[in-house]
Amino acid sequence: MIFVKNLSKNFGGIKAVSNASLTINEGSITGLIGPNGAGKTTLFNVIAGVYPPSHGKVFLENENITHLPPHELFARGLMRTFQIAHEFSSLTVRENLMMVPENQSGEKLIDIWIRPSNIKKEEAEITKKANEVMDFLQLSSLANEFAGNLSGGQKKLLELGRTMMVEPKVVFLDEVGAGVNRTLLSTIGEAIQRLNRDLGYTFCMIEHDMEFISRLCDPVIVMAEGTVLAEGTAEEIKENQSVIEAYLGTGQKNKKLR
Amino acid sequence: MVDILNSLTLLTNYIIIPGLTYGSQLALGALGITMVYAVLRFSNFAHGELMSFGAMSTILITWLFQSYGLTFGFLPTALLAIPFAATITILYCLATNSLVYEYYREKKIDPTTYLIISVGVLFFTAGLIRFIIGPDDRKFNDGNRFILKAREFKELTGLNEGLAIKTTQGITIGITICLVILLFWFLNRTRTGKSMRAYSDNEDLALLSGINPKKVVIITWVITGILATVAGALYGLDKSYKPFIYMYLVLPVFASAILGGVGNPIGAIVGGYVIAFSELIFTFAYKKVAGYLLPESLAPTGLIQFLSTDYKIAVSFVILVIVLLVKPTGIFSGKTI
Repeated sequence: MIFVKNLSKNFGGIKAVSNASLTINEGSITGLIGPNGAGKTTLFNVIAGVYPPSHGKVFLENENITHLPPHELFARGLMRTFQIAHEFSSLTVRENLMMVPENQSGEKLIDIWIRPSNIKKEEAEITKKANEVMDFLQLSSLANEFAGNLSGGQKKLLELGRTMMVEPKVVFLDEVGAGVNRTLLSTIGEAIQRLNRDLGYTFCMIEHDMEFISRLCDPVIVMAEGTVLAEGTAEEIKENQSVIEAYLGTGQKNKKLR
Repeated sequence: MVDILNSLTLLTNYIIIPGLTYGSQLALGALGITMVYAVLRFSNFAHGELMSFGAMSTILITWLFQSYGLTFGFLPTALLAIPFAATITILYCLATNSLVYEYYREKKIDPTTYLIISVGVLFFTAGLIRFIIGPDDRKFNDGNRFILKAREFKELTGLNEGLAIKTTQGITIGITICLVILLFWFLNRTRTGKSMRAYSDNEDLALLSGINPKKVVIITWVITGILATVAGALYGLDKSYKPFIYMYLVLPVFASAILGGVGNPIGAIVGGYVIAFSELIFTFAYKKVAGYLLPESLAPTGLIQFLSTDYKIAVSFVILVIVLLVKPTGIFSGKTI
């Protein structure tokens, strides 16, 4: 599905990602873990077209997407969420969701005048879809609230909701569980599993919560110092010596990752 | 009672109607600046010259129409010319965008540098305008001059004071109301307007939501072009067209945008009227009004004027300084639209 080949990204003298190669298989929920500063978010940003890579290539279904701008990646079915939840703060929750589907006929100024009924019909559909998504994520009571007023956890849900407005091929989730309480986290986890199972979304998620990772992800990729350190099931990763070293430093080899 | 009516007429004639007119012109100008600031994220100092460019285009097309004997009855021919002039101005905006601004936007240059670049565009545009139409004063107002003449008003009401409403004043206020309603409808009700607001709100997220930045930028320039042309043409119709005056007009326009909260369209409109009314209130001579309202023994001998009209423009700057000291984000804390 996604194939990253020898990717590097430098910021000045800092090598955020160096020569990382990885594959995300179709239909998988791939976990991406690693200590802080391992280059996970930078990798996401390069894949999502926010930064151009210094070296290397990214492929989506055998198409080279390395230098495409974010909105074209979106059109090809690649979506992402942010580590710190982003939202359109001056739009309501429903409007935030309705913003997502692209090429709505309301975007063409001519259509506004000559085919208003089409736009109405289309907007009714999108509104219905948005309402379903809000029901699913238990956000319905906040539909007309400005997104800027939501709590951190609710914004995370909204981010996930945004990916549900279209049918993306692959979704990159950047710490979707950070700052979210346990109950909400299991709701999010269930939502991810359902989307993966029923609608066939491919996920790639950065996460720190090992329990959450082991429940959802297969395979798990470990990054450290900008490169891929190990790959395998959650159980294998927990046993992997070099991974334990990367997390806990040398001299602590006897300790296991919990 | 008659005295009160007389003084009210005086105030309406010299403060309320000119204030609404001038305020509308400032508000339209400030809206243009605010749109550029909110979406393209820089202070466009060339906006005054864009208004001038729009007014110039309007004049040239008006002349063309007049040479073919095409007029608009009792309304100024310029009203017919504005849509065409707006098209020309939009093309000019898009040309500056693709030749100048886009290059720097791709380089993600900081807003201060952008501001200086816009000053460069300002001088280029000013030169271009002088090259095309020359530096002279031009009058291009035709049709009826007054909706209501002072003499007619006096005959109608039997008051001592007259109330005159110029056609241009009526047109300015009317067009501003229509344009503002249209703009807010566009921003709040249409998908394109919403994607502009979204882009202004959070650029990163907008890009990752499939909003095409080039399209948003182009639409912003289209709106800016229309606003600048209408504001410039109305100002030129109301006073007269002097190419240089717009370089000074951009200052109160900026003051209005900042006062209301730059990046906030409602703020721009409120700011425009606040600046316009304070300029008039502080420079109006209240002698006659006081003469009507006070008993004869207390009638003032001086002009009762806070400031000479020479200091008109200074009023907007005093307000600007106070706003920046007390609430730097403006009345309606700006930044996004």
